Amino acid sequence: MNLTLKVWRQKNAKEAGNLVSYKVQDISEDMSFLEMFDVLNEQLINKGEEPIAFDHDCREGICGMCSMFINGQPHGPLRGVTTCQLHMRSFKDGDTIVVEPWRAKAFPVVKDLVVDRSSFDRIIASGGFISVNAGNAQDANNIPIPKPDADKAFDAAACIGCGACVATCKNSSAMLFVSAKVSQLALLPQGKIEASARVMEMVAQMDKEGFGNCSNTGACEIECPKGISLENIARMNREFYVAKLK
Amino acid sequence: MSKIDSKIPEGQLEEKWSKYKSTVPLVNPANKRSIEIIVVGSGLAGASAASTLAELGYKVKCFCFQDSPRRAHSIAAQGGINAAKNYQNDGDSTFRLFYDTVKGGDYRAREANVYRLAEVSSNIIDQCVAQGVPLAREYGGLLSNRSFGGTQVQRTFYAAGQTGQQLLLGAYSALERQIGLGNVQMFSRHEMLEVVKIDGKARGIIARDLISGKLERHFGHAVLICSGGYGNVFYLSTNAMGSNATAAWKAHKQGAFFGNPCFTQIHPTCIPVSGDHQSKLTLMSESLRNDGRIWVPKQKDDKRKGNEIPEEERDYYLERRYPAFGNLVPRDVASRAAKERCDAGFGVGASKMAVYLDFAAAIERYGKQQILKLGIDNASAAEIRKHGMDVVKEKYGNLFDMYKQITGENPYDMPMRIYPAVHYTMGGLWVDYNLMTSVPGLYALGEANFSDHGANRLGASALMQGLADGYFVIPYTIGAYLSAEIRVKAIPTDHEAFVAAEKKVQDTITKFFAIKGTHSVDHFHKKLGKIMWDKCGMARNEKGLKEAIQEIRQLREEFWKDVRVTGGPDELNPELEKAGRVADFLELGELMCIDALQRNESCGGHFREESQTEDGEAKRDDNKYAFVAAWEFKETGSFELHKEELNFDVVHPSQRSYK
Repeated sequence: MNLTLKVWRQKNAKEAGNLVSYKVQDISEDMSFLEMFDVLNEQLINKGEEPIAFDHDCREGICGMCSMFINGQPHGPLRGVTTCQLHMRSFKDGDTIVVEPWRAKAFPVVKDLVVDRSSFDRIIASGGFISVNAGNAQDANNIPIPKPDADKAFDAAACIGCGACVATCKNSSAMLFVSAKVSQLALLPQGKIEASARVMEMVAQMDKEGFGNCSNTGACEIECPKGISLENIARMNREFYVAKLK
Repeated sequence: MSKIDSKIPEGQLEEKWSKYKSTVPLVNPANKRSIEIIVVGSGLAGASAASTLAELGYKVKCFCFQDSPRRAHSIAAQGGINAAKNYQNDGDSTFRLFYDTVKGGDYRAREANVYRLAEVSSNIIDQCVAQGVPLAREYGGLLSNRSFGGTQVQRTFYAAGQTGQQLLLGAYSALERQIGLGNVQMFSRHEMLEVVKIDGKARGIIARDLISGKLERHFGHAVLICSGGYGNVFYLSTNAMGSNATAAWKAHKQGAFFGNPCFTQIHPTCIPVSGDHQSKLTLMSESLRNDGRIWVPKQKDDKRKGNEIPEEERDYYLERRYPAFGNLVPRDVASRAAKERCDAGFGVGASKMAVYLDFAAAIERYGKQQILKLGIDNASAAEIRKHGMDVVKEKYGNLFDMYKQITGENPYDMPMRIYPAVHYTMGGLWVDYNLMTSVPGLYALGEANFSDHGANRLGASALMQGLADGYFVIPYTIGAYLSAEIRVKAIPTDHEAFVAAEKKVQDTITKFFAIKGTHSVDHFHKKLGKIMWDKCGMARNEKGLKEAIQEIRQLREEFWKDVRVTGGPDELNPELEKAGRVADFLELGELMCIDALQRNESCGGHFREESQTEDGEAKRDDNKYAFVAAWEFKETGSFELHKEELNFDVVHPSQRSYK
């Protein structure tokens, strides 16, 4: 198939960017969206132009590094997949596709489609852990955990930290991301000891990074490639109030 | 006098590690504060080492090329992690895990290292659960296990099909905690491009800030290479796009021997290549072979669709050749058998380079079982099928979805097409018992070292090794070296060795831009990959390897004359990053072929066509090749072989048989 791409080009964090049109030909429907970008980049290199910078690594939907805002949706039109798992059979010959970076104050553009998501790391560093040094642990089966709790914790832990929730949110809120980690650890007995401090620290860091507030539109849940549930936000709010009232 | 000293402690196998731990010199807490350690890589090995060393009080700097340490490719491991917990009361023990690992590695690993690995495996599970890693549980609240990779005990812990992700996020959270506490300085989007040596010891690195392009000098009393494997030398592999050998290769060129470079693992169940555009291969968990049956048509070049070929015209070649293990033979055996059928012209799909993995029989079997369980009389075939599909969906649903997503075919109706793909590299930097390379102060952990898997790694053992090295081995063994380094003050980075190392890196970057050639970096990488896959892949022979060495040398020459690196040095420039990595692969690929040529025996993942039994099975040669090949770098294209003899005091090597 032949396609027209309108891609955000921005030299670096300081300079202004704009959409640039490119044409690609003979795209196979078995290609992934990123492989289509490989073809485009190879074209650009052969013409002596600078290829488009974009983040990607595992290309199997788990590392969370790829991040393209495709036709107004993070990771494109399909539900439950990352950009690297989106294939060209989801498009048709003659389509025009607009590709932009994640846009949020807390995710500044680095270059072209690459953004800086280190704010997520700082939120985890502020409290997204259980304070246990290596070598201190008791036998794993000394902490039995009801399967429903373990399963819910697992569902929350499936977050890959890609930032689609922030990119799609009209407030650029990171509530889904933060609540997934808060929930995972609050649901487990090992994590309850620090639960209050954790939620307070993580929310404070989230605010400090410049993420917006949550107004319950639910767009994050729809766009999340790993199906992280809005329930986590409710659970985080509860954890937060409990901590606040302590 | 050999240049190789593996420093294996004296004593009985079972006592070596505990005796070692209680006698290894310690560094007192006040001294730890002034000792700096550099960790390159943030996967299971790197993140666990960085966090644990910081917990102990060392000053740690950790580097990764991704935008966050959480992205390291350990995250993609699906199946599970082994541990000799014996929670299932099925007779597992440290000894059995040790024995299975040595045997699975086809007797090309060090007994003492493997025993230590089996010993600490239990601690890993304890540590991960304490961190809040949500491993799978039973209704009673205790941890669940499954059997994996043909072992006879259930010792694999897992978190659905995302075990690597959950374990890595556990290690990542421990690392972030130490970053938050100020004990680790994290350098994301940084790539290590040189090891700095002073008076023969590793004393730091040169790293490039991938955003600004600036070269940075970092001092460390010790440097830990935890940068993963080198499967991407083949271009197409299950590795991440960015996975590379540069850190390990720079270490090698600074004097660290490279151990068994030809030992690569080809995983049998991957989604086949669909065209020239293909950038990576996706693994389908090995667990599929528990229920799926592998076959090809009996007729060559059969044009019919898989589900239209009647039962009697199918060749279930694994069941035919290996009646005892059938579809569950080890990875290397299954991979070679698939290649044999495709090379003989029986392959399926558009490329003819694939075999079927069929769930029809499993769907029917489970369907009938469900009908009995539910007490349904006179069930129609459609009803049986529906119930069977429900069971298969419950067990493998996410994998089937992934297959459908990538290929556009529905695996519930049509048998899946699979083909082997490069997955893991058992070879790596040679290390002694302390995980130290042949350069004092320079260590290698996880997949980056060669130490524990011999010639073939068992399923669910990579995660175990990465975390063992980082959480439980290096914190002890590094003391043996650092206790003698406490008087060394941090060396200022204006030292001539840093200046020279930075200049070397700068010169290479300048050279890349000066070439102004006509072909992209990927063009060369793909060519290298094809040479490696054709001649140093699943089967190797003398003629092919000799050709490959010549072809790689020629390709390397072309690369340095004709590569086109766009953009500039002082910005985010993925083409420049790739150029550096491919330049290193072009040297490493040659060494892999040289090593494969030297090892004229078949063992584990290394199959030399000259060394096979009459019925085409791998034939080991313990008299000649029971050694680790440790290669010393002389100059580009020139290496000296050192042999570390392997002694088997406890396990007696036997020829593997799965018939």
